[in-house]
Amino acid sequence: MIGGLFIYNHKGEVLISRVYRDDIGRNAVDAFRVNVIHARQQVRSPVTNIARTSFFHVKRSNIWLAAVTKQNVNAAMVFEFLYKMCDVMAAYFGKVSEENIKNNFVLIYELLDEILDFGYPQNSETGALKTFITQQGIKGQTKEEQSQITSQVTGQIGWRREGIKYRRNELFLDVLESVNLLMSPQGQVLSAHVSGRVVMKSYLSGMPECKFGMNDKIVIDKAGKGGVTDEVGKSDLGGGGSTSGKQSIAIDDCTFNQCVRLSKFDSERSISFIPPDGEYELMRYRTTKDIILPFRVIPLVREVGRTKLEVKVVIKSNFKPSLLAQKIEVRIPTPLNTSGVQVICMKGKAKYKASENAIVWKIKRMAGMKESQISAEIELLPTNDKKKWARPPISMNFEVPFAPSGLKVRYLKVFESKLNYSDHDVVKWVRYIGRSGIYETRC
Amino acid sequence: MTDSKYFTTTKKGEIFELKAELNSDKKEKKKEAVKKVIASMTVGKDVSALFPDVVNCMQTDNLELKKLVYLYLMNYAKSQPDMAIMAVNTFVKDCEDPNPLIRALAVRTMGCIRVDKITEYLCEPLRKCLKDEDPYVRKTAAVCVAKLHDINAQLVEDQGFLDTLKDLISDSNPMVVANAVAALSEIAESHPNSNLLDLNPQSINKLLTALNECTEWGQIFILDCLANYTPRDDRESQSICERVTPRLSHANSAVVLSAVKVLMKFMEMLPKDLDYYGTLLKKLAPPLVTLLSAEPELQYVALRNINLIVQKRPEILKHEMKVFFVKYNDPIYVKLEKLDIMIRLASQANIAQVLAELKEYATEVDVDFVRKAVRAIGRCAIKVEQSAERCVSTLLDLIQTKVNYVVQEAIVVIKDIFRKYPNKYESVIATLCENLDSLDEPEARAAMIWIVGEYAERIDNADELLESFLEGFHDESTQVQLQLLTAIVKLFLKKPTETQELVQQVLSLATQDSDNPDLRDRGYIYWRLLSTDPVAAKEVVLAEKPLISEETDLIEPTLLEELICHIGTLASVYHKPPSAFVEGSRGVMHKRLPARTGSGEGTECPDVGNAAGGSAPEAAPSIIPSQGDLLGDLLNLDLAPPTTTGPTPSTSGMQMGGMDLLGGGLDSLVGTMGAGFGAAPTVMPASLNAPVGGGLGDLFDLGGGVGMPMGAYIPPKTVWLPAMKAKGLEISGTFARRAGVIQMELVLTNKAMSVMTDFAIQFNRNSFGLAPAGPLQVLTPLGPNQTIEVSLPLSTVGPVMKMDPLNNLQVAVKNNIDVFYFSCQYPISMLFVEDGKMERQVFLATWKDIPNDNESQFQIQDCHLNSEAASNKLQGSNIFTIAKRTVEGQDMLYMSIKLSNGIWVLAELKVQAGNPNYTISLKCRAPEVSQCVFQCYEAVLKN
Repeated sequence: MIGGLFIYNHKGEVLISRVYRDDIGRNAVDAFRVNVIHARQQVRSPVTNIARTSFFHVKRSNIWLAAVTKQNVNAAMVFEFLYKMCDVMAAYFGKVSEENIKNNFVLIYELLDEILDFGYPQNSETGALKTFITQQGIKGQTKEEQSQITSQVTGQIGWRREGIKYRRNELFLDVLESVNLLMSPQGQVLSAHVSGRVVMKSYLSGMPECKFGMNDKIVIDKAGKGGVTDEVGKSDLGGGGSTSGKQSIAIDDCTFNQCVRLSKFDSERSISFIPPDGEYELMRYRTTKDIILPFRVIPLVREVGRTKLEVKVVIKSNFKPSLLAQKIEVRIPTPLNTSGVQVICMKGKAKYKASENAIVWKIKRMAGMKESQISAEIELLPTNDKKKWARPPISMNFEVPFAPSGLKVRYLKVFESKLNYSDHDVVKWVRYIGRSGIYETRC
Repeated sequence: MTDSKYFTTTKKGEIFELKAELNSDKKEKKKEAVKKVIASMTVGKDVSALFPDVVNCMQTDNLELKKLVYLYLMNYAKSQPDMAIMAVNTFVKDCEDPNPLIRALAVRTMGCIRVDKITEYLCEPLRKCLKDEDPYVRKTAAVCVAKLHDINAQLVEDQGFLDTLKDLISDSNPMVVANAVAALSEIAESHPNSNLLDLNPQSINKLLTALNECTEWGQIFILDCLANYTPRDDRESQSICERVTPRLSHANSAVVLSAVKVLMKFMEMLPKDLDYYGTLLKKLAPPLVTLLSAEPELQYVALRNINLIVQKRPEILKHEMKVFFVKYNDPIYVKLEKLDIMIRLASQANIAQVLAELKEYATEVDVDFVRKAVRAIGRCAIKVEQSAERCVSTLLDLIQTKVNYVVQEAIVVIKDIFRKYPNKYESVIATLCENLDSLDEPEARAAMIWIVGEYAERIDNADELLESFLEGFHDESTQVQLQLLTAIVKLFLKKPTETQELVQQVLSLATQDSDNPDLRDRGYIYWRLLSTDPVAAKEVVLAEKPLISEETDLIEPTLLEELICHIGTLASVYHKPPSAFVEGSRGVMHKRLPARTGSGEGTECPDVGNAAGGSAPEAAPSIIPSQGDLLGDLLNLDLAPPTTTGPTPSTSGMQMGGMDLLGGGLDSLVGTMGAGFGAAPTVMPASLNAPVGGGLGDLFDLGGGVGMPMGAYIPPKTVWLPAMKAKGLEISGTFARRAGVIQMELVLTNKAMSVMTDFAIQFNRNSFGLAPAGPLQVLTPLGPNQTIEVSLPLSTVGPVMKMDPLNNLQVAVKNNIDVFYFSCQYPISMLFVEDGKMERQVFLATWKDIPNDNESQFQIQDCHLNSEAASNKLQGSNIFTIAKRTVEGQDMLYMSIKLSNGIWVLAELKVQAGNPNYTISLKCRAPEVSQCVFQCYEAVLKN
């Protein structure tokens, strides 16, 4: 298991050092500094073995977090723990920076004592930790309060504390997707996938039981066969805006926050959970089939002699005309020996950025089913470089108000039997945002 | 002011000031002072002098202050053991505190204080805390047992804490269960043979239930523990898999990887034709792909593991090539790993895509990455024949870039392509020769020289080219020198007229002016060969080279199996067994995959070896030695040259005679080399991978050419249960292995007056899990004085318990009269499986890998077989001869045996003509079987 945990600043000075195991000595602190931090670029792996001691490190801005061990630990767990440690620190005092760490070092030691015991990670949900690691001391608690804390920390629902109360029960649900594309010059899709996240902000009283439903193909098909359609009709949340009338989507793979009952998902494919309080990521998913590509890029590059290039690029938006895409940016790479560029575009602004070797064309807004065009003349300096220009792909950035995967939220039901509010009393907000990931068209 | 101020005090006399502040009456000041002490401790200053003052602050109701003092104590108690005792009272008192948080804090901290005297006081509070009403205290106490065990293992056992810990596995609180599992797993690791984690279907069921309810970390502890369990049959295996698969959707990558580990391991036991097996395979791919969207550090861990999984079960990810394409922003360590996996997944179907990508990568900026990409193109050419042409032209394009390291890397791989496809691409040699001057790395220079020597007849100015290297001969690395020597000799043999001067020059440089023994020896060999028999020289030096194969860096199958059992851990990241980087007893135990079982009938024999081999078996005869030191290993084994592989001692005598022909003054030098010397002419640096395989290929062919195997050895029947002891039932019998099935052959005789019916048989747990694979078939009643012979097929999937002696079997036989017990010993040879022939390369690597401590030597006396007959006889009992060599009239036979539970035994048998006493050395990762194996040898050879 983890034998020790150190935090360093960018110079390699130790800010926090907590040793859990006898086999880790003080010299381990120095070994990491000398061999990794001061070695700068030469270290090419996040796991380093120095003198039979293994160091795992992650960096957050200028701060190095290193976990040390001499045993055959679960490496994935160590990294997950280091990330978690960063999250916990961020939840307590904001950005993980040298100043913040120094200011809160007592708190960090207290946290490290609690969430890592003899190198074994323990409950590290901030919701639970904040109930008893407060830096105020806990002597004023009644016996009931104490046992409530311990039962929460060790309980099945370690991520939520009891007795949360809101005057207004509200739920915010964001479906955030990033759509990735690689397209050939002829418009053939070489690879495309969507990686999506469902992010929730829940402000609900008590210990509500939630059930989340989306237009997952497997569920819909199953329901269709069984003739059960009552839930499908209830899509009071399905306010998405995809252009196709697609009923369901095939999800390649998804992962869930630890609050979701995985065995239930595995057997019934239903997503049920007791949500953490506040903001959290409910699930991640990946789809590759039937993706709605919001934009199509049609490039045309013509070499006129050895010193001139003519480029014409057309973009077409491919979604409902009533929807607006935003923050559109098209990047057209130019050769290294470019000497001058003339650009004409119908919409937005375009500029040649010599330092980036690209023409950047920006459009603030664009409605669906429209098209726009840019044409440019690129003057080249004559070179004797035999190597041909590699023609990097044209890339695009944008944001659209729908989910390119076609995912729709069908329902999110809230049940709280002890307190008297019902599903109808909860105010729910759903938002779909599709962004470009790596969205490239070869030319 | 914030806490950061504590870091800034650097003035002198600080300790003194702190002392005063610590003893202050004001609580606030005290706390401030302790904070300063902790800050100093953090940055590495020695503040142990303040020990008594800090401990004095311990008795406080301020929890924050208390925690700080505890932190200090954990750090310095060891240096001040006597003072630390002062703290004991407070700890004991805190363990009784009404607040569970304080009770837990006390027991947690106390376990971290590694002072013997304190541990004694710890026992009572710990015992109470293990049974505390509050789960928070219990889960902390569970970990504390592991801490205490680390300090004083005996104490933990004496105090019975282990049993209490075992009870906690049935605790109602999932987190307590998880911590208890973690603690027990750790303790069990330092007692490899204890049955501490007594995993059985009931306890597994409890764990699987807790799995659904505990924290993400707890799930990891439980899954890692589950992975150590061996299910009893495929049905149990499937039901566990079904309950573990939901974990594949967990957001925590470590949970996912640990679940993958359990599934990969238990899948071994599922029959491949089972529908569920296919379903499971399909379920594994998506979560593995998803891991690649995690943070880069986790991606790295995932990729290292995927590398193993792809080698073990290529079918899982064969359609997912695209996800391993390198992204521009990936950190370099992720890029390099992805590249490795891309090559492993490359096939005819996707080669075009892969090549296009690799070509892109070869123009990147990072030197290591570019080199690896170039090398990868070469490997694609060797792996997928259809792509070779495209690969070669891509490499030529890259050579045109004139980027120094790209050119050198390309030349190294082109040399391998020449080897793989002779007479196909030699037209590019001219282009290569143009770049001769730019080569400054030994490997590239050596490769280029090899090419020039090998194709000397096609290169007009080969002599000039080689001569140009000769100028700085002594500045070259050994690799280049050896290569140059061989290349010039080749050239001479091809164009003797023009190059006589050159060859003399290089021979004298190598023999007279060099201090390097390898170089000198090779020089002398060539010299003599050339001066005594140029025709023979030609045959030796220009011998046809065996083809090379594509998979050059597969992990050796037994290691791969072990690493699969360690998925997610550091071992899987390093691709090394834990024993290679963990000190002490921990983790030294080698884990293995379970054997596949037939569904109840036990007819299918375990084929772990085959499954593990993946595509390796085909690669066997001509694999490229992937490590430079492999050649060294070969020589250490003193392998004989091809000419002396004849089985009779007379050949070796000839060889000795032949040596006399060699020049007089040099005999002293050569003589000491013995028979191993003859191998030298064809030995080149391992990285050139040419003739080593050649010599060995011949040598090893012998191993394959052993005559018809004889039947397996079956010991004569003996009386196991005399009639007196069993109310008239006499049982005698023996064991046999027939067509891969172990059989217990029983003769039942009724010596009583009454008829016997209702026979049944049962075995006690035994070392190799032997169990009846079916009921005892005695269909008709056994009348008085009747005898019946029954043959009972056995399986090896029963419960395992180590017996003494190892091959002891306790049997219970029931009939209508009573139940009778007897014990018998079976020859371990019936556990030798048919696929126990190890690959030669693997054999060498394994022999080297097993520590010498595990080697045992035995004498077999009075055996009058020659080596060939012995080898035949042994093969009948599944003891396979892999290689043979003859040194000074002594035949050395190298053999491998695989037991039904997957244990490999390697043997070296020395047979001296005329001497009836054999010497046998056995090496095995489980040395306790050696004695039994030896007995088998003796039995087989003497019967």
